[in-house]
Amino acid sequence: MSRFPEVAALALIALPALAHAEGLGLGRMATPDEIAAWDIDVRPDGAGLPDGSGNAIDGEEIYAGKCAYCHGDFGEGIDRWPVLAGGQGTLTSDRPVKTVGSYWPYLSTVWDYVHRAMPFGEAQSLGDDEVYAITAYLLYMNDVIEDDFELSRESFGDVEMPNAGGFSRDARPDTATLSQGEPCMTDCKPGPARITMTARVLDVTPDAE
Amino acid sequence: MADSKSVPSRRALMRGALALGGAAAIPASARAAGDPAITEMQDWNQYLGDGVDARPYGMPSEYEADTVRRDVPWLTADPVSSVNFTPLHKLDGIITPNGLCFERHHAGIAEIDPAEHRLMINGLVDRPLVFTMEDIKRFPRENRLYFLECAANSGMEWRGAQLNGCQFTHGMVHCVMYTGVPLRHLLEEAGIRAGAKWIMPEGADASAMTRSIPMEKALDDCLVAFAMNGEALRPEQGYPLRIVVPGWEGNMWVKWLRRIEVGDQPWHHREETSKYTDLMANGTARRFTWEMDVKSVITNPSPQAPITHGKGHTVLTGLAWSGRGTVERVDVSLDGGRNWRAARIDGPRLPMALHRFYHEFDWDGSPLLLQSRAIDSDGNVQPTKDALRAVRGENSIYHNNGIQTWHVLKTGEAENVEVS
Repeated sequence: MSRFPEVAALALIALPALAHAEGLGLGRMATPDEIAAWDIDVRPDGAGLPDGSGNAIDGEEIYAGKCAYCHGDFGEGIDRWPVLAGGQGTLTSDRPVKTVGSYWPYLSTVWDYVHRAMPFGEAQSLGDDEVYAITAYLLYMNDVIEDDFELSRESFGDVEMPNAGGFSRDARPDTATLSQGEPCMTDCKPGPARITMTARVLDVTPDAE
Repeated sequence: MADSKSVPSRRALMRGALALGGAAAIPASARAAGDPAITEMQDWNQYLGDGVDARPYGMPSEYEADTVRRDVPWLTADPVSSVNFTPLHKLDGIITPNGLCFERHHAGIAEIDPAEHRLMINGLVDRPLVFTMEDIKRFPRENRLYFLECAANSGMEWRGAQLNGCQFTHGMVHCVMYTGVPLRHLLEEAGIRAGAKWIMPEGADASAMTRSIPMEKALDDCLVAFAMNGEALRPEQGYPLRIVVPGWEGNMWVKWLRRIEVGDQPWHHREETSKYTDLMANGTARRFTWEMDVKSVITNPSPQAPITHGKGHTVLTGLAWSGRGTVERVDVSLDGGRNWRAARIDGPRLPMALHRFYHEFDWDGSPLLLQSRAIDSDGNVQPTKDALRAVRGENSIYHNNGIQTWHVLKTGEAENVEVS
């Protein structure tokens, strides 16, 4: 069953008028309601954001009920579920912690992802105001905004993500190519190879059965 | 890690019964000399097997029961959003059987009735269109063989040798023949508007997976595929419809494809910002690292597939691939990269598909440090892991195409090591 029975019914009624004659004439025109039902994505420039608003004070309560079970009361992550808060200053460490505050370059990504895929197992069940409020709470937990900041389409552009400048283009190839010469075939390194590490030491491979 | 032959042979059971009850029936002096597999009658030599109505969808022999996908439970919080691995050490040739293609999904396997499935194309198009599966199968089709590799394949090895088995170190790759419609046909049907530079495929599953793909790639070789290896896509591979993005990281091959939006700029969604960006040692990250680089691995011998025949003539085999073209050459080393010789590539050599290589040699029974090094048609040479770490550090997670080393012991057992 369609999640939008009224849309399906409309489409069935309107079908003959929605055929198109271009190209091979395959498929049919999508109705505006159909596009609205599926086209939920949001871009960095805010395109796609709906009406509505929310702040971290409201967001904390919603988060506690719908998000904290996996992500922890403070965004610390339970078990191996994603950590959502903190991590700033860790990106050059041995164990970088990549969160909304320490890593994510765009605020739109947070809104879009919470809206399309969360809560885990109950996707797209949150209202727009709830998504604004949860997004605001995530920003507040990461010290990006104050708790009374009212997040909306209008105020979206006022938020500066801490790691917005942390990304660069693909720089590959960044290892040797044939243009630097044929790879060595004989006596390529002095002396016999010495084993420097074995997986056996860690013993983290699952059993075969 | 050696695979155990745990299935009891019926012949052995019968011999046991004979020994108990009927030993006198065949006097020892009358037994033929030689291999009992030859000199003794086997069940299957004598009795009838299943008829053609017993197995409407055939499955592998019961003796192949350990040729299965496996997962690493500690990797992720929940198997519903996780990954498993292709048993590369159990396969040969270049085609991965459909049921053994590794799985990676973010909200479990969507089970979709194809009659209820729709593909929408909207955004910067003249005509936003909706297609049924029947509509899609009325477009001209292509058949193409491509590998699909997760960008995080070998990702657990960035900091050093960790997992004992090519299934775990390299098993997030598979290669099948796709049947599908070139994406450009669908985009042309909708009419691409001026200024359209990107597309965004979206999945119908509960993760609603999205990725941004440049229009140039979309019009070049992307497919909207409904079949793999001649049959409908498997549910775990996106049934009834997925996008095929040849040579590029597997996360972009959105499964359960329900919508393609056309736009003038990328969306920068979660899987192309928070994930699938490559963190360098200096704390900055590379984004849009789409191509899968030239790579190879020896699948046999390997930790899950030791040498069991002792010294003598030995077949070494493995897989090589590149997202930038064909594999021109694979070199193998038996001494940890001191000396190399070209391996023999056998079978089809198709761009952005797996290649199979072999090296036959006379093993003298002494320990080996096996490595393979692939070179692709763009002249890219598979680097050592140390060379990769020197330029990218150890936090990158993705795009680890470093040379793998297996240490083969005198016993024929093998382990995952790193060497100087």
